[in-house]
Amino acid sequence: MRAFTYERANSVEQAAAAMATPGAKIVAGGTNLLDLMKLQVETPARLIDINRLGLDKIDDMADGGLRIGATVRNSDLAADERVRRQYGVLSRALLAGASAQLRNKATTSGNLLQRTRCSYFYDVTKPCNKRSPGSGCSALAGANRMLAILGASSQCIATHPSDMAVAMRALDARVETINAGGAIRSIPIAEFHRLPGATPNVETTLKSDELITAVMLPPPPPGVQIYRKVRDRASYAFALVSVAAVVDAANGRIRSARLAFGGLAPKPWRVVRAEETLLGAPANASSVGAAADAVLDGAQGHGGNDFKIPLARRTLHAVLAAATQA
Amino acid sequence: MSGPWPSSEDTSPGNDRLDLTRRAALEGGAATAAVLEAGAFAAPASAKAAEPDVQSIPLSVQLQINGGFHQLSLDPRTTLLDALREHLALTGAKKGCDHGQCGACTVLLDGRRINACLTLAVMHDGQSITTIEGLADGETLHPLQAAFIEHDGFQCGYCTSGQICSAVGMLRESCLGMPSYVTADLAQPHPQLTDLEIRERMSGNICRCAAYPNIVAAIRQAAEQPS
Repeated sequence: MRAFTYERANSVEQAAAAMATPGAKIVAGGTNLLDLMKLQVETPARLIDINRLGLDKIDDMADGGLRIGATVRNSDLAADERVRRQYGVLSRALLAGASAQLRNKATTSGNLLQRTRCSYFYDVTKPCNKRSPGSGCSALAGANRMLAILGASSQCIATHPSDMAVAMRALDARVETINAGGAIRSIPIAEFHRLPGATPNVETTLKSDELITAVMLPPPPPGVQIYRKVRDRASYAFALVSVAAVVDAANGRIRSARLAFGGLAPKPWRVVRAEETLLGAPANASSVGAAADAVLDGAQGHGGNDFKIPLARRTLHAVLAAATQA
Repeated sequence: MSGPWPSSEDTSPGNDRLDLTRRAALEGGAATAAVLEAGAFAAPASAKAAEPDVQSIPLSVQLQINGGFHQLSLDPRTTLLDALREHLALTGAKKGCDHGQCGACTVLLDGRRINACLTLAVMHDGQSITTIEGLADGETLHPLQAAFIEHDGFQCGYCTSGQICSAVGMLRESCLGMPSYVTADLAQPHPQLTDLEIRERMSGNICRCAAYPNIVAAIRQAAEQPS
């Protein structure tokens, strides 16, 4: 690990200002950052600890939604009685991620900002445009079984590894930030993560002095909530494909459906057109097939991950069958 | 996964370099060849720019460990695991993968199980840590320690202290009614601790000897005991 200075922020504005200085990084849970620092994938010169800023609260909002503080631990969020009862897709997604020990440390904002687990990003001896811009992408013709089939570019095919963010995407969460001057911004989660394009090293739309303070959930949407994760092991593995679904159906017809996918793209993937095809549609294989076509429009495998295209399709069928028969 | 770390700049505490050497030896010639031909990508450009000015200044940290207070002066890079093992000679928590994947380093932080390898000691100033050394009451073993012995919940023993600390944290989570991924009804305030639940909740602790059936049996017995 490279040398760094360590300091504890006294306020969110101070943390945001410090964050904008060269080589500075925020640390909260540290479960991803410390891992990357040990490998020298991340080499911050200055670490700013935000764990004692009181950002660990979950508050009811006037509109019936929830405001989740940036440093609420994943385990606490998953176990919160309101989340379990009203946002089951989020609780289940959180519980699908990592291990209990990691969830006891990992935070809401850190989960959103975690880096890809593409093995070439982790291997500092290999080219990787995300880690070392301009060096090339080793994954395109390499081991790409875990990597993206949607939203990728010729520069990077990394996936975003979060389960939590996929559920938040289905719930239309908003990310609240504050900058050094105290200005607050609320970013729809759909616009929070960027696609790689020519700059895969730039992963979010956060500005350099913008600190995440909370994630806001709107009031719970109607319908059944499901998080289905398909992975290589039954537990403690990243998603090959995951689906966060909120489906309102009755008498064999779908009134509305929200479908967000993990494991397929550089960000939680949601296709409005796919959801529109299901509005008022009968809950059957043909409707779901049309929705799957819309989700997978433009999907491209890279050899090792070709299987994700049929796997995503089948997972969507399984999820919607479960949601409409419940 | 490992790469060539510039040795002149690596002053990290603990045995990172030892681990690397061993890993490179295990991976054999392929790893060495990869290192030689890919030196250009050894470090991000930003790191090279930021690094020369940075000095590690030791920081004062007070940790409450197994009930006793310890004042330490630590390089901020020191993980909680290295602080316990290298500075306090509490070697019960083990260094396995050192990347949060195996669970051998599990300790309890204010009663909650965490991976001691993935957190910095300086982040825990003033907090309370319980390690495997702090579980027994004098000569009386903690019920989970006794159950692991009774059920032969280990073979080589390297993962055991992490397994037991993790199980202590897990039983507390279960008592608090926290759900897991396999909990059928998340709204149910107190999910029952079935074997399926124990297995899912303990998935952050790997046992390479595969003593899992006996580990589950030991934990089940401890869970059923009135405490």
